[in-house]
Amino acid sequence: MQDTVIESKAPTAKAVQAERTKKTTKTESNAMNAKRSPTEIAESITETVGKPLAQNAKLAMRDVNVYYDQKQAVFDVNLDIAENQVVALIGPSGCGKSTFLRCLNRMNDTIDICRVAGSIQLDGMDIYDSKLDVVPLRARVGMVFQKPNPFPKSIYDNVAYGPRIHGLVNRRADLDEVVESSLRKAGLWEEVKDRLESPGTGLSGGQQQRLCIARTIAVSPEVILMDEPCSALDPIATAKIEELIAELSQNFTIAIVTHSMQQAARVSHRTAYFHLGRLVEVNETEKVFTNPDHELTEAYITGRFG
Amino acid sequence: MESSVLVIAIFVLGIIAFVVGRSRSVAISQNVGGIRFLNSLPFYYGALTALWCAIPSFLVFAVWSLFDDTIIRSTIIATLPAEAADSVGGNLNLLFNQIYNVSVGAAGSDSAPDYMVAAAQHLHSLQAISRWALTGLVLACALSTSIVVWSKINPQLKARYQVERVFRSFLFLCSSLAILTTIGIVVSVLFESIRFFSMVSPVDFLFGLEWSPQMAIRADQEGSSGSFGAIPLFTGTLLIALIALIIAVPCGLMTAIFLSEYASSRIRDIIKPMLEVLAGIPTVVYGFFAALTVAPFIRDMGLNIGLDQWLPISSESALAAGLVMGVMIIPFVSSLSDDVINAVPQSLRDGALGLGSTRSEVIKQVVIPAALPGIVGGVLLAASRAIGETMIVVMAAGLAANLTLNPLDSVTTVTVQIVTLLVGDQEFDSPKTLAAFALGLMLFLVTLSLNYFALHIVKKYREQYD
Repeated sequence: MQDTVIESKAPTAKAVQAERTKKTTKTESNAMNAKRSPTEIAESITETVGKPLAQNAKLAMRDVNVYYDQKQAVFDVNLDIAENQVVALIGPSGCGKSTFLRCLNRMNDTIDICRVAGSIQLDGMDIYDSKLDVVPLRARVGMVFQKPNPFPKSIYDNVAYGPRIHGLVNRRADLDEVVESSLRKAGLWEEVKDRLESPGTGLSGGQQQRLCIARTIAVSPEVILMDEPCSALDPIATAKIEELIAELSQNFTIAIVTHSMQQAARVSHRTAYFHLGRLVEVNETEKVFTNPDHELTEAYITGRFG
Repeated sequence: MESSVLVIAIFVLGIIAFVVGRSRSVAISQNVGGIRFLNSLPFYYGALTALWCAIPSFLVFAVWSLFDDTIIRSTIIATLPAEAADSVGGNLNLLFNQIYNVSVGAAGSDSAPDYMVAAAQHLHSLQAISRWALTGLVLACALSTSIVVWSKINPQLKARYQVERVFRSFLFLCSSLAILTTIGIVVSVLFESIRFFSMVSPVDFLFGLEWSPQMAIRADQEGSSGSFGAIPLFTGTLLIALIALIIAVPCGLMTAIFLSEYASSRIRDIIKPMLEVLAGIPTVVYGFFAALTVAPFIRDMGLNIGLDQWLPISSESALAAGLVMGVMIIPFVSSLSDDVINAVPQSLRDGALGLGSTRSEVIKQVVIPAALPGIVGGVLLAASRAIGETMIVVMAAGLAANLTLNPLDSVTTVTVQIVTLLVGDQEFDSPKTLAAFALGLMLFLVTLSLNYFALHIVKKYREQYD
């Protein structure tokens, strides 16, 4: 399945543009839809269109609801993320995609008022089981954040942090090896190999973000969650990170939240569209960007709102 | 007019000037098409008129009040006959005071010599002239300046700019008050210290091992010289401050970590205000707690476990003062540390948690290292507080200048000695009294440099995350 996705991925920009133009005219002629606002449409959604479920699910989410105090942020989400697959979560700001992403390694535990209901399974294990320890879970499901957040330590210590706290290596030589291979995988080794002892905060924004990715993969997680990893970066640094995501998808399962539809189109195999906390549509990325099933998805990717 | 009435008059004139200036600007704005064609809002025209009315006249009032006494006095003395000066042996101050007494009709003024009665009448008339002249001058000044400004009001007048410049200068004056006070304190302490060091050599003061500032009144008394070696005081101060910091730093830091990382918001809402209450207790209350409860307890404990075989144990001890002082500065350390720990960005914590750190790993390896410069700054501020603290040590640490590191013995500190040297009637030219200023100078220099370094470190840290 993955192979077919990769082949059909990345349609040329022109083709996408042409499709969009065609779609726009089609939608505008649809008088039925024009009567209802996007909010009304989103609030009436009860079931996700497209193919939210997958065969070999690494992560399986069923009926996930998230509440901040009284306010519900995510409604009845069902979604599978298959092994070694990149799934992009897109949607307008405040649609719950970051909240949803943070549920996948229980980062929402750090927010007192946040409550998660439903079931999320990692390889068939319920991660919201009350007996489960979040520490090994977060080692298996790593996370890269919106803003690069290197620790105020040296580059070496930043990458070595995870292996050290989890006791993954016993000897200094092994640690050196883990640090080097993680930095190589993150495409940062050549730039920093001569200054591993200088502080991680002294790197440029793009380098810092790659350092954070290196730090995450040094723990050898199975899943990497990325919350708008390129939003603070310039196009060149973004391109490097995107290349990196493509390489990482050979070994890791990745869920990425992004506001850039081009980025979603370039890096992901499947795309999930969120609107007002509802998962509107999940499909192969190419299908979402050329011939989406739902009118809201279409309106969003053609730039009519959001 | 009396001075107080005059000040009120200036104030009232200022208000009138405001109203008049404001209404003139409104009237003028009608001719040019509305308020929006004025350079500034009518309020600023009114304020400008009021400021011009009040400030120059008040300055005139202040200058006149400062100098009129001196001028009247010298005029009176100059017109006196020569015999008058002889009668008081050339003491003109005394003479003038006698004249003043006569002029207000104090007891014994009936028997005053003729020339004195004449001078008293002269003084009376001069004072009356001065008052009327002042009233006239101030009112004329207030009226003339406000009329000039009033007549100058036109749409192009940059009233807002000028008013804001006046307020800016006023704000600047307020802020420089603290700086000027600091400079004044330093200078006064410095001059007295220089007088002290001209009598006692700085080397003896800084490195001497014996402190006994009692000076003999007569030359033939025992120990007439006094000795001013401040080392026992410095040691005592540092010993007590060290004990206080050993208590306050770990405890305050742990409190801050608990409050910012572990405590639920409900517990935080209870503990934080209580800590602030602790910070608000007057130090004298801590002082009698130290002297009446802690010090006897420590002495009894020392005696019970038989420490008195090896160490001198005193009922006033460095340990008692240090312990209580430590408790006193816990809120200080905890609230400063709490601030810097909260300033560590949540994203760093998220990053560490996202890698599967436990809470304690996040705190030990990410939060504390990131907050460390700020924490060090807070500790230095607490240290300068401990060194400068007076009341607790006066009450609990004793007065004997023992050169010892034994915390159970009584020691004395710089601040305690300053208090004892300056309490009661003093002559301000003996080394005993002046020594207090030298000690004060040392204290000031130490706490000033500690504060400077602490604030510098805190500031540097702040820049890192903003």
